[in-house]
Amino acid sequence: MSKSFKLDGQEIPFTAGQTIMDAALAAGAYIPHLCHNPDYAPHGSCRVCLVDVGGRHVSACTAPAAEGMVVDSSSEAIQSTRRAILQMLFVEGNHVCPACEASGNCQLQAVAYYTGMLAPHFTHFFPQRPVDASHPDYMIDFNRCILCELCVRASRDHDGKRVFAISGRGLDSHLVIDSPSGRLGDSSFAASDRAAHVCPTGAIIPKHKGYEQPIGRRLYDQEPISAVGDRQASLGDLAEVD
Amino acid sequence: MSQAAAPFSDSGSTQAVRDFVSESLRLRGRVPEHLLQHLIAVQHRFGYVPEAAVEALSAELDVTRTQVRSAIAFYAFLHERPRGDFDLLFSDNITDRMLGNQRLMALLAERLGVAPGETRPDGRVSLGFTSCTGMCDQGPALLVNGEAVTALDPQRVDRIADLVEQGTPLAQWPGEYFRVEDNIRRPGLLLSNRATEGAGLRALLEKGADAALAEVERSGLRGRGGAGFTTALKWRFCREAVQGDPKVERFVVCNADEGEPGTFKDRVLLTSYTDLVLEGMTICAGVIGARRGFLYLRGEYRYLVPYLESVLARRRAEGLLGQAILGQPAFNFDIEIHLGAGAYICGEESALIESLEGKRGVTRKRPPFPVTSGFKDRPTVVNNVETFLAAARVVQWGGYWLRGEGTDKSAGSKILSVSGDCARPGIYEYPFGTPVHRVLADCGAEHTQAVQISGAAGATLAPAEFDRIIAFEDLPTAGSFMVFDRSRDLLEMVRNFAAFFAHESCGFCTPCRVGGALLRNLVEKVAAGQASDYDLQEMRHIGAVMRQGSYCGLGSTAPNHVLNTLDKFPEIYRRRLRSADYSPSFDLDGALAEARALSGRDDPGAHVREQLEDSPVTEAVS
Repeated sequence: MSKSFKLDGQEIPFTAGQTIMDAALAAGAYIPHLCHNPDYAPHGSCRVCLVDVGGRHVSACTAPAAEGMVVDSSSEAIQSTRRAILQMLFVEGNHVCPACEASGNCQLQAVAYYTGMLAPHFTHFFPQRPVDASHPDYMIDFNRCILCELCVRASRDHDGKRVFAISGRGLDSHLVIDSPSGRLGDSSFAASDRAAHVCPTGAIIPKHKGYEQPIGRRLYDQEPISAVGDRQASLGDLAEVD
Repeated sequence: MSQAAAPFSDSGSTQAVRDFVSESLRLRGRVPEHLLQHLIAVQHRFGYVPEAAVEALSAELDVTRTQVRSAIAFYAFLHERPRGDFDLLFSDNITDRMLGNQRLMALLAERLGVAPGETRPDGRVSLGFTSCTGMCDQGPALLVNGEAVTALDPQRVDRIADLVEQGTPLAQWPGEYFRVEDNIRRPGLLLSNRATEGAGLRALLEKGADAALAEVERSGLRGRGGAGFTTALKWRFCREAVQGDPKVERFVVCNADEGEPGTFKDRVLLTSYTDLVLEGMTICAGVIGARRGFLYLRGEYRYLVPYLESVLARRRAEGLLGQAILGQPAFNFDIEIHLGAGAYICGEESALIESLEGKRGVTRKRPPFPVTSGFKDRPTVVNNVETFLAAARVVQWGGYWLRGEGTDKSAGSKILSVSGDCARPGIYEYPFGTPVHRVLADCGAEHTQAVQISGAAGATLAPAEFDRIIAFEDLPTAGSFMVFDRSRDLLEMVRNFAAFFAHESCGFCTPCRVGGALLRNLVEKVAAGQASDYDLQEMRHIGAVMRQGSYCGLGSTAPNHVLNTLDKFPEIYRRRLRSADYSPSFDLDGALAEARALSGRDDPGAHVREQLEDSPVTEAVS
């Protein structure tokens, strides 16, 4: 007997131990997310994958699936909460989509489109954040970091390096690099690391090439993220190690 | 001259730092879980955590430099740059503010010639504010190098300035500065009897663990930290976790991270009911089969450590703790004290466990819950100080004893920390079911405008609600009870709490991290007289997103005070609105100044009047 639950009316089968997100992804159903990546343990921090289960908001990436549960992921109430959370991410950092190399390949931008976000709405914090261009192959633009910790997890759990960590607390939380100088160039980070390829935005980005593909012809310019899914999965990013 | 008296005069020596770290590693152990304890010791010794300590700890404990530095950045009492020889932090709960802490800070800052938030160039002194230090019934309070000073007044502050200037070591400061009173005003079921002599433990051994657990079950005891989870269920889940395998290590943790603003009853229980609290932990260990326990004590209460260590030592000598408790060869359990370092979030049980493991106190994903996967991913019971105290008595006197008081759903009593506008602030114990007005009458509160129950994260009550009862089914509370009379401007409370939550958010999830800061900024906009009705709607909107979307209880309760006061005390906002429905981004009247000058007019018709009559900004702007 296979078990199942209902996601926006669609029957989703699941096996014991799967989260709502696992089961939905396996069934080809899209629930917007940013900090989730099926290769790593669920994180639950961005809160974009909030769904309604029996009147309670839970993050689909951390909530275990249960027989017969009714999950709402598309009502206006849920979408509006998600939009607000995305707007919070936009005003927290400095996200200048028209000038960003990641535009069109950026999951933050794509999820914002998906939820119908038209403007950042809240007052911008305009933080002063430096760019770290000390590494020969990759640079980090902290302005675009959304603290999803995917690079932290990839470096620790896949690359076995622990190059990244989060420091500070509250709005002062920020990504830090483990090297004597705190700069990427002095760390053990390499272009072949998984951590170089998991960033859902344009915060960790390869050097020496830019705008090779014109904006307008990129992944999410063609199709919505709900159809093509995460960037790494879609672009086969890991295969083309620079 | 003054250098010789400075307690940290050798802080420049790398060798001294390395030696101290080696000694700390020898004393406290070389496991990564002890990182935070080492850092606290280093901070206390040198007034900061020098780079040499970061390198040494990173090398010895197999943690990255970055992990060490990020822990330092997370905890408010740890610093990468030297603090002054005297590091003075004023407690900044709203109750401290109501007692005039801002004025005293200004006085001290002037006397010492250093601004709040700064260290004097000569390195003698640092001044700053810190979250509630748990002395609300005897404030204003401060911490000097981590030690609590109470009952501040202008004379005491003046004298402190002299002591600092003279470089007098803390040990030679007047003892009464450090006196902390219990102020027990109304003892009840738990507080009226301090005696123990290990009676609960003996009852456990006579009855056996199953029967003891059955008594806790029968009592209906629920967690006193506020959430109210059934204690017996927690213990049972932990006991039965991993198929009850006795080879799997289990842990007992006492949550003494009493950080909720306005709460101080755990401080009193740890001071004057110490044995009962430790006995409750030991009984829990006997029931679930734990050999190690931790008392996670908030850093603000570090002054209690020598006393607590002495009680632990005595209990070991009496056979009530340690190896073969009460002569039972198989009953081994001991308790370590772990200190916090200034992080409210660590009162949340999974963040507390992260902190116990030496990490930043970020809440864990749940499930799994600590009862199955807690400290070092082993089954762990985390209970509040008061819960362990009650559990000790329940096992001693039986479950029906607790049920003799309270309501059907809330058995027994609740210990309240009462502070704010009342004649007799202090500790009050009541049967569950007691109405709020009864507490107000007993503590001598008059002309009460509002009560903030269960701390900054709790509920704001208006007078129409004072017949509501303290009970899990109506007003659940971790014990904080702050009283505001009609002379108070409640927006000051809101400002204080909004800043508190923005400061204490761990930063893990988006709604709390960003929403908390947005909310604080909007509250400040209201206070500055620059907000409009739209901003109030925005506050509701952000509050709702935080409530529904946050990852843990801190974020979901952080907007309560704003949402409550918007509903119940709308006038505290309305009277400050700049305009009813829109907020101009520039000063319209000011923009006409040039035109007025050119036309030579200054009559009323040449001005734009948009402010309300009573608006506090009217004079400032016009």
